[in-house]
Amino acid sequence: MTRGLPAGEIGPTEGSVNLPPDDTGEAIGLPAGGLTITFGFGPTLFRDDDGRDRFGLADRQPQALRTLPHFPADVLDPAKSYGDLCVQACADDPQVAVHAIRNLARIGFGTVAVRWSQLGFGRTSTTSTAQSTPRNLFGFKDGTSNIKSEETKDVEEHVWVAPGADAKADWLAGGSYLVARRFNMNIEIWDRQTLGDQEDFIGRTKDTGAPLSGGTEFTEPDFSMPGSNGPVIAKDAHVRLVHPDFNHGARMLRRGYNFVDGSNAIGGLDAGLFFIAYVCDPDTHFIPIQNAMAKSDALMEYLKVTGSALFAVPSGIKPGEYVGQSLFA
Amino acid sequence: MRTPLIVALLLATPLVAACTENAPAGGGDAGDARTVSVTSTDDGCDVSTAEAPSGTLTFDVTNAGSQVTEFYLLGEDGLRIVAEVENVGPQLSRQLVVNAPAGSYFTACKPGMKGDGIRADFTVTESADEPSVSADDQELVDAALTNYSAYVQDQSDQLVAKTREFVDLYEAGKDDEARALYPEARTHWERIETVAESFGDLDPRTDAREADLEPGQKWTGWHRIEKDLWPQLAEDYTPLTPKQRAFYADDLMKNITTLDNRVQGLDYTVDQIANGSRGLLEEVAAGKVTGEEEYWSHTDLWDFQANVDGARVGFEGLEPIVEQKDPALAKTLTARFADLQTLLDAQKTDTGFTFYDQLGQDEIKDLANAVNALSEPLSRLTAAVLS
Repeated sequence: MTRGLPAGEIGPTEGSVNLPPDDTGEAIGLPAGGLTITFGFGPTLFRDDDGRDRFGLADRQPQALRTLPHFPADVLDPAKSYGDLCVQACADDPQVAVHAIRNLARIGFGTVAVRWSQLGFGRTSTTSTAQSTPRNLFGFKDGTSNIKSEETKDVEEHVWVAPGADAKADWLAGGSYLVARRFNMNIEIWDRQTLGDQEDFIGRTKDTGAPLSGGTEFTEPDFSMPGSNGPVIAKDAHVRLVHPDFNHGARMLRRGYNFVDGSNAIGGLDAGLFFIAYVCDPDTHFIPIQNAMAKSDALMEYLKVTGSALFAVPSGIKPGEYVGQSLFA
Repeated sequence: MRTPLIVALLLATPLVAACTENAPAGGGDAGDARTVSVTSTDDGCDVSTAEAPSGTLTFDVTNAGSQVTEFYLLGEDGLRIVAEVENVGPQLSRQLVVNAPAGSYFTACKPGMKGDGIRADFTVTESADEPSVSADDQELVDAALTNYSAYVQDQSDQLVAKTREFVDLYEAGKDDEARALYPEARTHWERIETVAESFGDLDPRTDAREADLEPGQKWTGWHRIEKDLWPQLAEDYTPLTPKQRAFYADDLMKNITTLDNRVQGLDYTVDQIANGSRGLLEEVAAGKVTGEEEYWSHTDLWDFQANVDGARVGFEGLEPIVEQKDPALAKTLTARFADLQTLLDAQKTDTGFTFYDQLGQDEIKDLANAVNALSEPLSRLTAAVLS
């Protein structure tokens, strides 16, 4: 599929009229659209809820691959959380991404079952310096200081699991952890906040994305610059709380998306940011930052986390290998 | 990178009887003569004109200096702040919109926020768009502030009394009576909730819900006791012992007393009152109309009504000011407070209100729609009062 070929061996319309097509057909005529498919393994692939070894892999469970702890403002829906395996399909055309998930799920029936899925649109972070920073549904640029693929040293240090980092799980070396969090935004209430307040909550201007300490979007924030009432970037501003300067230098590779799943029972948008981050160790690169945010971030007033999951993503594979070979072999 | 699984966004939006209104207040054409650019540097304040016709003036303030700056429009006495914009970072711009009647003023940039600022004379000349201001503006403000302060103190007094009664019943194991008093006592808390929340330490100790807790944070306050009084929904719940009851009761009483002490002698500003009014409706939208606030007792509508009470008192105190500055807004707010109250009145019972879990989905939806209808114009109250 990543080469634009049909999902099955025969094709969407080439087969017998007496059989269901082995490719579902909605991608006929469409290019591959830059389709990428990323696989991950959840903690419950290794051990069930009672700690029992499920598939003889328990002794290879990475140390940091545990169900994420409860964070303040977590109102998790189990039907949108957790999982043994994950598949992230990304493409330029959503129809192509849907095609991939749909056909993979179909191929897997009997071996795997779909627990939950999430549609997203409009990436919320840049992952390359060639991209301009997109906006989240709060209307702000998001991911200005995301790790870019060009920053190879930072990718090495913050994203990939280093060889030897986890003795029991050397199969994960060169891989990463995928943290997924479904942040519901309280859109209607947010929209009633003044522009000045919105900018204070974020710590950046809404138009250019410059930090409130001045400059342009990519100017480093000056957290000590005095303002009219305390520092010009407030103590509870989002940009301050999640900045590497206040988190032992930790950075993330974010690869999340906006979502709108229709409206809720009282007519509010069921919408927000489907946060996806790749980090080398959630214990140092996610959990403390999420705690700091949940505790002190002005944005939390407008956020509720309704889904949560953690997966270990094995490194890429060479021709002839299969996904996760380092784990299963 | 790239888009995964997009949503087919078929936004059918049946906005039930979505009425729109609201002509912008006063001012009218923001002609160039009323737009003034200001460039603040580390040692200068360049104002593009020293004179503008009366009406709605727009100051485009750009900071070309190296430190945060502020810009002020001061009255003739050089003391009274007519309007201000703070926290303009280096290389950033901010807009200040002010409704200014004819008269003599000063402009002032304050780079680094130090001293009296770099001042210059500024004259507003008579024009056809002269804003209507009344000489008793300050009297209206003073009256609003005094009344609001008295309201908060009165609610705080009642809160102390009712909380005392409540914790005594709870400690004595008179659970039926405690359950009956719980929403009544909380009414006085909810009416001044935004004031209570302004004390960052008291709110989490007093009003935290179980899901809001931080790791290691001990759960105390109203909702801890609520769960103990209405444990039906709780799984494997162990009732609190008399000793534990005494602890949580004393702790709540102590925090409410602290709140009461702090409320004494608090001073307010009109924008705090207006923001508080908006904030109380946000509380309704975020927790009460969804039934999340009183998860165990389902007494959400008591809180709902109390938040609306507090918001309405805030608005009504400011109403004479809004009447002058933006009569259309005042009219809309009055009407929408009344619409919402009609829906709440329909849920009143002999002992208070319908429990949230007894509400029909249609009734909840109607309440939510009325909250939205009120909250949107209410979000413009502060700007109207300050204009």
